[in-house]
Amino acid sequence: MKCGSNLEKVILSGQPAVTAELGPPMSADPHEVIKKAQILKGFCDAANITDCQTAVVRISSIAAAVLALREGLEPVMQMTCRDRNRIAMQADLLGAAALGLKNCLCLAGDHQKFSAAGRLKGHPGAKNVYDVDTCQLVGILKKMRDEGLQEGGDKLEVAPKYFIGASWTPMGDPLDFRPMNLMKKVNSGADFIQTQGIYDIELFRSQMEKIRNMGLHERTAILGGIIVPKSAMMLKYMDSSVAGVSVPKALIDRMAKAKAAAGEDKKKAKELQEQEGLKITVELIHQVLETPGVKGVHIQAIEWETAIEGIVKAAGLYPRPTFPVE
Amino acid sequence: MIVGTQKPIDEIWSMVRDSKRVLVFGCNTCVAICHAGGEKEAETIATLLRMRASQEGKDMEVNYLSVMRHCEPEYFEPVMDEVKTYDLILSTACGVGVNFLADRTGTIPVYPGINTSFYGAVQQPGDFTELCGGCGNCILHLTGGICPIVRCSKSLMNGPCGGTKNGKCEVSDEVDCAWFLIVERMKQLGTLEKLAEVLPPRNWSPSTHGGPRRIVIEHLREIEQQEEKKG
Repeated sequence: MKCGSNLEKVILSGQPAVTAELGPPMSADPHEVIKKAQILKGFCDAANITDCQTAVVRISSIAAAVLALREGLEPVMQMTCRDRNRIAMQADLLGAAALGLKNCLCLAGDHQKFSAAGRLKGHPGAKNVYDVDTCQLVGILKKMRDEGLQEGGDKLEVAPKYFIGASWTPMGDPLDFRPMNLMKKVNSGADFIQTQGIYDIELFRSQMEKIRNMGLHERTAILGGIIVPKSAMMLKYMDSSVAGVSVPKALIDRMAKAKAAAGEDKKKAKELQEQEGLKITVELIHQVLETPGVKGVHIQAIEWETAIEGIVKAAGLYPRPTFPVE
Repeated sequence: MIVGTQKPIDEIWSMVRDSKRVLVFGCNTCVAICHAGGEKEAETIATLLRMRASQEGKDMEVNYLSVMRHCEPEYFEPVMDEVKTYDLILSTACGVGVNFLADRTGTIPVYPGINTSFYGAVQQPGDFTELCGGCGNCILHLTGGICPIVRCSKSLMNGPCGGTKNGKCEVSDEVDCAWFLIVERMKQLGTLEKLAEVLPPRNWSPSTHGGPRRIVIEHLREIEQQEEKKG
């Protein structure tokens, strides 16, 4: 056991792991985090707390993670390389561990120009940091945990014990480099991997075959990413505009059909598409979990946390495993 | 070469508007090639400033001058007596030239007429691209001759982020993903497996993060000092 987090225990138990996502608000009000944590608690093994996702200022990942932890939801603190240098990162890692956080997902982070895909003002003129990249951040966590050393070599009296994660975009450009990309993250010390959203299951499976041939699935726990689709428009947008996501036409057509069935009734169209989206989600979860080498799913119901309970139950992934308190 | 772009004339005017005698001082090397600050551009700026002064009823004399290089003293020493007769110098050299001249003009201010943008190359006439960040610790032998420090929007050292789409960067679909180019180039060179190595956190102190940089070539300094003694 590397850190004894609930997520690590579920993965070690051999049961499929389920993680979800909790996006902190653009507000100093803790109640939204608390509310979302209460909604997700019991239906996932841990929930990712995003770190100013889409390059927009929100409650920090660490603070929101502590709020979630107090509600009894195990957090996966996310840490991007965009906003901190290695001094700030390690200080935050020590502080977060002191506050009881045990999982950390390392990410490059959306570029500051992203500004919620242009929907918000954001801070496109901000200076980014990128002192280290994802592989290097993973390596820093590992060195702190396993050697009790800071990146610079100074000793840590008490080492932070993290279950170390990294993201992976299996279907991103350049496609034939992506397996090597994962290998570098695993070689750096990633204990678990959460992937970008998967819709094109055939392509994902062909990438996973390469991963199995490299033996990487035995050295890290790969959780397949599931992004819950809400509408035909959302699927089309993700297919055309979200990097590393391709959506098969059959899925877009299914959603379009659900929308068309409502005729002119907009409320009904929303309902029918959401119902179809939940069905598609459950099917994708099964297809991803049936793929050899996959150890779980990372379900993102963006601004739709209430959907998680039904999805997890319908997918036969409820109740979640529990472990005796040490 | 160093690539720059001319500052907006309104901004330049706000710097010079209260001066009586202004010299627009061009540099005929890098910034002339990129049409930002050579003699031709210095002349144009001087003309625009004269027009503006006359529009606003200002009594201002504006002249222009240029030398081959602003980064070595011998190039501008022959004209320094003339330069020092002005009460403001608008340099259209790169930032190196502005700093270097400002150290030598005593009470006369030296202001920038251009924005110094990057180290780049001429892709085609009128199209300049940044290709080097001057980071002080070159790794181009590891990345197929394509610089991830300055050509990747996140300066990533170990491969692309998740933001690559159709070979383009998440910052703009007009920006090539450097890591896409690196992977393609290394496939072409047959050296893709080199990328499997994880590059450790970088020492950024040879870059701009270690304080101002200076390089002294000892043997050249010694020869120079011996000759000074003889002289």
